[in-house]
Amino acid sequence: MDAKDILGLPKTPLPITQEKKSQPKKDSQRKPDGISREVYALTGGLAPLMPSIDTSQLKRRPPSDEKITWQWLPFTNSARKDNLQLYHWVRVVNGVPPTGDYSFAKYNKSVDIVRYTDEEYEKYLTDPTWTKEETDQLFDLCERFDLRFIIIADRFSSSRTVEELKDRYYSVSRAILLARAPSSGDVSGHPLVKEPYNVSQEIDRKRALSMVLSQTKQQERKDAEVLAEAKRITESRMAARGVEESTLHVASNAGPEMAETATNVDGTVSPSSNAQLASVAVAPSTSVMAENASTLASLRMLRVYLRTYALEQMVQAASSTAGLRTIKRVEQILQDLGVNLKPRVPTKAVCAEHLELRKEILTLLNLQKQLQYKEAEGSSFRDGSYTEMPGTPKRSHRDQDGTFVPDSMSFGGERAGRRDQKRKGPGRLSEAPSSPAHKRPRKLKASDL
Amino acid sequence: MSKPEDTEKKILNKKLKDVEISIPIVYGNISFWLGKKANEYQSHKWTVYVRGATNEDLGVVIKRAVFQLHSSFNNPTRVVESPPFELSEAGWGEFEIAITLYFHSDVCDKPLNLYHHLKLYPEDESGPMSTKKPVVVESYDEIVFPEPSEGFFARVQSHPAVTLPRLPAGFTLPPPVPVEDASKRKRGDTKDHPLSQWFMNFSEADELLQLAAARQQSW
Repeated sequence: MDAKDILGLPKTPLPITQEKKSQPKKDSQRKPDGISREVYALTGGLAPLMPSIDTSQLKRRPPSDEKITWQWLPFTNSARKDNLQLYHWVRVVNGVPPTGDYSFAKYNKSVDIVRYTDEEYEKYLTDPTWTKEETDQLFDLCERFDLRFIIIADRFSSSRTVEELKDRYYSVSRAILLARAPSSGDVSGHPLVKEPYNVSQEIDRKRALSMVLSQTKQQERKDAEVLAEAKRITESRMAARGVEESTLHVASNAGPEMAETATNVDGTVSPSSNAQLASVAVAPSTSVMAENASTLASLRMLRVYLRTYALEQMVQAASSTAGLRTIKRVEQILQDLGVNLKPRVPTKAVCAEHLELRKEILTLLNLQKQLQYKEAEGSSFRDGSYTEMPGTPKRSHRDQDGTFVPDSMSFGGERAGRRDQKRKGPGRLSEAPSSPAHKRPRKLKASDL
Repeated sequence: MSKPEDTEKKILNKKLKDVEISIPIVYGNISFWLGKKANEYQSHKWTVYVRGATNEDLGVVIKRAVFQLHSSFNNPTRVVESPPFELSEAGWGEFEIAITLYFHSDVCDKPLNLYHHLKLYPEDESGPMSTKKPVVVESYDEIVFPEPSEGFFARVQSHPAVTLPRLPAGFTLPPPVPVEDASKRKRGDTKDHPLSQWFMNFSEADELLQLAAARQQSW
């Protein structure tokens, strides 16, 4: 607003009436006391938490007993070598001009460069890649420009890189220091001696920096993605390694336990369920394995836990990708099958079976959903008319919620017919169900005996 | 401490990986209506307990059990130092009891919490109340130690209350170290417990059959 003021530009498209309106508003909002409005606006228009300026001091006038005049007086600068005399305004108090050096002279600092003698050069400092003239010139420039190597490199007669110049300068200075020191122990603390200049490292470092600086935003994003992906892969790899050990052990542990229960029961139940356990242990995708692995790992951390708690955690992990509706459907199916939602006798074997059953139901529901989507797609392509497309998927959804699921869950003879119908559609479902389906009916009959 | 004791402790404390020890337990309550002897503050006499699923002595693993009762009871924190881990009281209200199990030092240094809702009144409210037939609510569960120490394993490997896997062949365990003076302890199992006639039966066979049948059906 004020910049436009200065430039004389109109503030807004609106006429002066707008100005008048905003002005009184600003006046009423004004909080500062002793600072001008513009200065206050620099802080963002709000009072700082801790006022850095004591505003009451600002408007204080100098004590009236002192007589102040301003005089145009000459001065010299001790930092100059030429005794140049210039003039400036000086605040004179009661006729006494201020004493002391020019106040800015103390800022004239320079670097202490080590200068070598010709003898020293011959003895310690010769180098195949550097002539004495070049080295002398380098040191002159260093002294003149206070080790500002960029400028020195610019002014240097032959084209040498900044790193080369630095290298020559630092190694010469270091050599001189070491040579002049009465013993090496005296100077071992000196930074030049402690940390020598490493040319190759510097070149690499600068190259890396410039690469990072010149990376575009896209590249940055890509790098971040790759790093995150790598992290995920290493984590899942570690988890998978842990899971391999534990699932192998679960399968082998389940083996002898299954055998024990088989002797109590009819001996027909165990082999199939054991085979199922083993195949399921091998089959699952990496994400499910990772979920299981992390749950198992966290359980192991506990040192002691209840079997029911462990089952809860495993069920949660397995259902993590499923929505609430799917989970409710799983529970409904369990109830329809006559299975307790929470096992009444949660032994290790029972919990394992329960978990596997839940996983199988989830898989079944997922496959059913996929089948429906594919069928809907297929039918819409067959019909070829766009008007029908939005209608068909919705219809199949309604079917799914209403009649479809319970029908597929019905037991007995009509199942076989329904199953065949389903399999005739896409060929995809034929893999998994076929083999256990062959085994199962036989087993069921045997246990009925 | 002398050196051989130190190394012995280290050997005993070494954890067995991929070996799981589980203790099947049953916990719950049995409650009797007091009938004529009931008054408005004490209508039922009940016992809350944690027992081995096959009524074996849990003292081999559990050092003490703490039953946290409703704050209206005197000294609501009841500590039971020896098996059978149970607590009897009289009252009129149903509430949640928190049972904290503390294990022997070689078993686990972290306690485990169980929660049981005390049930006094029968589900079927229409029937006549009997002082002879109690209300029984029990839950089966298993305490799992995923990485037991070798010492613990060695100590319990032949105890009937504990379920152990078979160790890999050639695995040798250190000699077991007793945790307490066996001769001083009185009998801790619940096989002949006065209330044992009401204990429920938990057979995993039925549930396994049920689950297996279900898994076959779903295809």
